[in-house]
Amino acid sequence: MIELRSLTKTYGEGQHATTVLDSLDLTVSPGEITAVVGPSGAGKSTLAACVTLLERPTSGAVVVGGRDLTALGEKELREARRGIGTVFQADGLLTRRTAAQNVELPLRHLGVVPAQRKARVAELLERVGLADKAHRYPHELSGGQRQRVGIARALALRPGVLLSDEATSGLDPQATASTVALLKELRDDLQLAVLFITHEMDTVVAVADTVARLDAGRIVEHGALVDLLHTPASPLGRALLPRRSHAGAAATAEPDDVARPPLSVWVVSHAGNRVPGDWLVRASRALGTDLELLGASLSTVAGVQVGHAVVGAAAHLDDADVEAVLIGLGLHAQREESDAAQQRLAADALEVVA
Amino acid sequence: MTAVLAAPVLAATSTDLSWGEIPALVLPALGDTLVMVGVTMLVVVALGTPLGVALDALGPGGLTPRPVLHRVLSAVVSVGRSLPFLILMAALVPFTRLVTGTNIGIPAAVVPMALAGTAFFSRIVENSLRSVSPSLVRVARASGASPLQVLTSVKLSEAVPSILGGLTINTIAMIEYSAIAGTIGAGGIGYVAVTYGYQRFDHGVMVTTIVVLVALVAAVQALGDAAVRATTPHSRRRSRWWSATPTSVPTAREELANVHH
Repeated sequence: MIELRSLTKTYGEGQHATTVLDSLDLTVSPGEITAVVGPSGAGKSTLAACVTLLERPTSGAVVVGGRDLTALGEKELREARRGIGTVFQADGLLTRRTAAQNVELPLRHLGVVPAQRKARVAELLERVGLADKAHRYPHELSGGQRQRVGIARALALRPGVLLSDEATSGLDPQATASTVALLKELRDDLQLAVLFITHEMDTVVAVADTVARLDAGRIVEHGALVDLLHTPASPLGRALLPRRSHAGAAATAEPDDVARPPLSVWVVSHAGNRVPGDWLVRASRALGTDLELLGASLSTVAGVQVGHAVVGAAAHLDDADVEAVLIGLGLHAQREESDAAQQRLAADALEVVA
Repeated sequence: MTAVLAAPVLAATSTDLSWGEIPALVLPALGDTLVMVGVTMLVVVALGTPLGVALDALGPGGLTPRPVLHRVLSAVVSVGRSLPFLILMAALVPFTRLVTGTNIGIPAAVVPMALAGTAFFSRIVENSLRSVSPSLVRVARASGASPLQVLTSVKLSEAVPSILGGLTINTIAMIEYSAIAGTIGAGGIGYVAVTYGYQRFDHGVMVTTIVVLVALVAAVQALGDAAVRATTPHSRRRSRWWSATPTSVPTAREELANVHH
């Protein structure tokens, strides 16, 4: 378990002072993966450096296993750092050492005897599925394998907390998927508290239990991933599950299209886990006229249905009726007013990602 | 060796050594050069390595930054590096005499060579250490390594091929310096080249010394290259034909499958 209490980091003094982290509070419980996302310059890398105290925070506390790291001297700190495993972006493997030797290094630094080191390294490489690659050098491994060696090394000293600083950035999609799968396994098997810092929204949806959005050194939005995805008003939720452009959908609903009856366009999204799979059919039946599916993006995250769709309803239907039916099925529903509104939403979402 | 003539002889053909006499002159001189450069390099590595480590560790972004101390140390090294060797050698004569009791011969040449070489090598070590990726240092520090552990098992260890490459350049520069030292009577190939080849216009000796120097430098370079290759895993790859399992980067599917083992 790791707790950050009003963590503040300021660079410079007086007028030129820049506050990079602004009394930030965040707790990651054992068995939980918390993703911290935010645009570049939001303070993500400073946060990562402050958690392991490679950078001393200006004020606030970093509490790991009940111990406040900021109160420790350099020597005690070195010991306390062993309670936090760190995985960095550029795997950081020593190029002149094999996978096994890389994993062994923290144990060697700690002064573990060779026989125990050997056993622990074998166990760790087995754990990350690289037992057969123990004697390979980093350049003989793929990007994903290197990152798994990095994870094995981070786990060598049995930490309770794993800090992942852009660990999947720069990996190809398959390697990212394998890294994410491994992190989730470790979360469950070792009850690790994982602080996952990234700028990749797709990876967050795949890995996180809770998500915090960092902006200008503050956590501006924080919640369970599924809840965020079920809240249409959440900028983070929208950024995590981006809406496709509905410009085409709006065009089909042009009122002067003589061949088709005019449609009113509705944007619906899953508000919870109660939405039946055949909601479109049920809604059509309830309204007595078929709804048209104009666009959709649906998926299952952590066993829960999330997503949104754009449907067209015949213009003669009463807006209140349509809304009542959709809401009755466990959906959020909003009548799409104009293209301008669309663009505004898209712009909001981009702001979160950028 | 009855070298009576100090002034150049215009038509010197009669005093030229025959080809048969040249090895007897050049081989002992080669031995002298090897001793001079060998002893110098031992001193250079012994002094230059800690100095280079200090330059890197005390500098900005180093393991234990001490800006003032770094600036002083760096300035001293820069002075040693900036003087042309001939001038450094002349300037050091009193010091050399203090250390060795003489200002001619091999011992007298080793002192200025070792000094110039140490300044050179300390920069090579500093530069090699600085080139080690900071992320490697961060990983080690984040897992609780002490500054000394980071230095030995991460920085020096990763910089070995680069330092060996620099050592090769350094050794070749010292062969060159030994020839310059030859002009003030230090002995070795340079001495032979100057007294016989230059002052007596003995073309046979001149050509021989040139061939020997080129061969010596080529041999040092080849040895250095081999050492760099031997300490760089990814350049050893091609010579790994005896390895039983071929090296292959796994496919994406294998990679995913591996996780679930």
